[in-house]
Amino acid sequence: MSLSLDTLTLSHFRSHRRAEIAVDARPVAIFGPNGAGKTNLLEAVSLFSPGRGMRRGSAQEMTRRPEALGWKVSGIVAGPQGRSEVAFLSEAGQPRQVRIDEKPQPQTTLGRIARVLWLVPSMDRLWIEGAEGRRRFLDRMTLSFFPDHAEASLDYEKAMRDRNRLLKDQIRDAHWYRALEAQMARTGAVIDANRRAALTRLAAAQDGAETAFPTANLELLHADADMPEGEAPFAEALAASRPRDLMAGRTLVGPHRADLLGTYVAKDVPASDCSTGEQKALLISLILANARAIAADFGAPPLLLLDEVAAHLDADRRAALYAEVTALGAQAWMTGTGPELFAELGDRAQYVKVTEAAGESRVTQRDRP
Amino acid sequence: MADRSEIDALIDLMAKLPGLGPRSARRAVLHLIRKRGLLLQPLADSMAEVARTARECLNCGNVGTSDICAICADDRRATGLLCVVEDVADLWAMERSGVFKGRYHVLGGTLSALDAVGPEDLRIPKLLDRVAGEEITEVILALNATIDGQTTAHYIVDQLEGRVEITSLAQGVPIGGELDYLDDGTITAALNARKRM
Repeated sequence: MSLSLDTLTLSHFRSHRRAEIAVDARPVAIFGPNGAGKTNLLEAVSLFSPGRGMRRGSAQEMTRRPEALGWKVSGIVAGPQGRSEVAFLSEAGQPRQVRIDEKPQPQTTLGRIARVLWLVPSMDRLWIEGAEGRRRFLDRMTLSFFPDHAEASLDYEKAMRDRNRLLKDQIRDAHWYRALEAQMARTGAVIDANRRAALTRLAAAQDGAETAFPTANLELLHADADMPEGEAPFAEALAASRPRDLMAGRTLVGPHRADLLGTYVAKDVPASDCSTGEQKALLISLILANARAIAADFGAPPLLLLDEVAAHLDADRRAALYAEVTALGAQAWMTGTGPELFAELGDRAQYVKVTEAAGESRVTQRDRP
Repeated sequence: MADRSEIDALIDLMAKLPGLGPRSARRAVLHLIRKRGLLLQPLADSMAEVARTARECLNCGNVGTSDICAICADDRRATGLLCVVEDVADLWAMERSGVFKGRYHVLGGTLSALDAVGPEDLRIPKLLDRVAGEEITEVILALNATIDGQTTAHYIVDQLEGRVEITSLAQGVPIGGELDYLDDGTITAALNARKRM
């Protein structure tokens, strides 16, 4: 069973006035010069999973300028749940709406129809930059396994913002703290358990795999104070942390303080100390492991969005990546500046050339690079 | 021109009512003017009367026309049961069912540190007084299943624990509801609260 987009239509989306791509389940290789609008195609596909897409843009940011008329992205998804017509649209200045088979639906419904994973160049610095990016990376992987993760995260954030306000205002009503901490403990324990379960699944998916990419060991850490597992112990930890939190004016213990330690297993070196190419290879390894685990769960491998994936990879690694994506059976949407980057794919993929003229992207489909 | 602007002012006021927009407000006002004797004058009298007499019950926060509302004044409702709701609209919803025979306590909102709504801004201190003074045996929390609603519920439980029995409304399948249309959270709650038949 496979999961694929059969058609993708963009209207007034970013640099595309109108683009229509008809594809089959094979990988899609997109090439063209910088700034032509390749990544915008990937961003459009990223909307097919719940959330704000791979650039975390607002609906207003996605509209084509200078017209700013609003935009529409639609496509036919073919997967384990059958075929669905999915459309995203935003009228000028309005939030994004989701329609599935012409009926308005909440975003969470998308998780039943499709799964999407992505790797973008801004993640190249994931291992050396702040914990926030790694936390977001972990949560995207977790969300791909557990659709309830998003709701728990939103509820946790809400209760924590309230508690932080109490701390900032130096309010000392213990009952109020306990009430908010009960909410944080309930949702925080779900977040923590989901993350740990996701890491276990990723480790299992890496264990048995035949892959040319290095195994990454992932470990969940918490800054300053350790986060105890389970609802009741976490509630106690929050209560115990109150005097310290009052001094700091914010909550110092909890899943919002989590970090992800990655290790290059074969060399026993932290990911942050690896070369740029090795760091990229570790990320690819994790994305592929995540995709394999989803294939087992969901019944089909997810859509993969690999933006500028060829950068930092030598020809051998590139060939290995293409071989693994093909073996996985995933519809991988990949971008690169020139067709030569996809030479190893041959007729295992389909090709899209993107050019830009007078501020407008143009899309041409081809059988060969 | 002066007439016209007074009617306009009425339309503008009507358009501020929940459920009405400028268009439906114009229709309503035109309808009232056409039915001046039958509808407009009685409505105006009735509104003037309510504007003069309406007030919040000093005991429970319900709206009525005297300092103590009809429910609080009714001795037959001193059953020892006290139902805590967020808003008067929730109280009215409970009353429509006609099943609950006890008294109410209207909080007037939910706790929210971000919106600077604290226990003192809600009728929580008064609730604690009532539990001590009115021989309450059971407090029923009928609060919304939102984060703010549940935080408020936790707060009240924390304050009253050990002093009185505290219960909350059940969550699950609505009467006449079809399982197919329920969200996952509701199905989970319903399954957890299943009962023997």
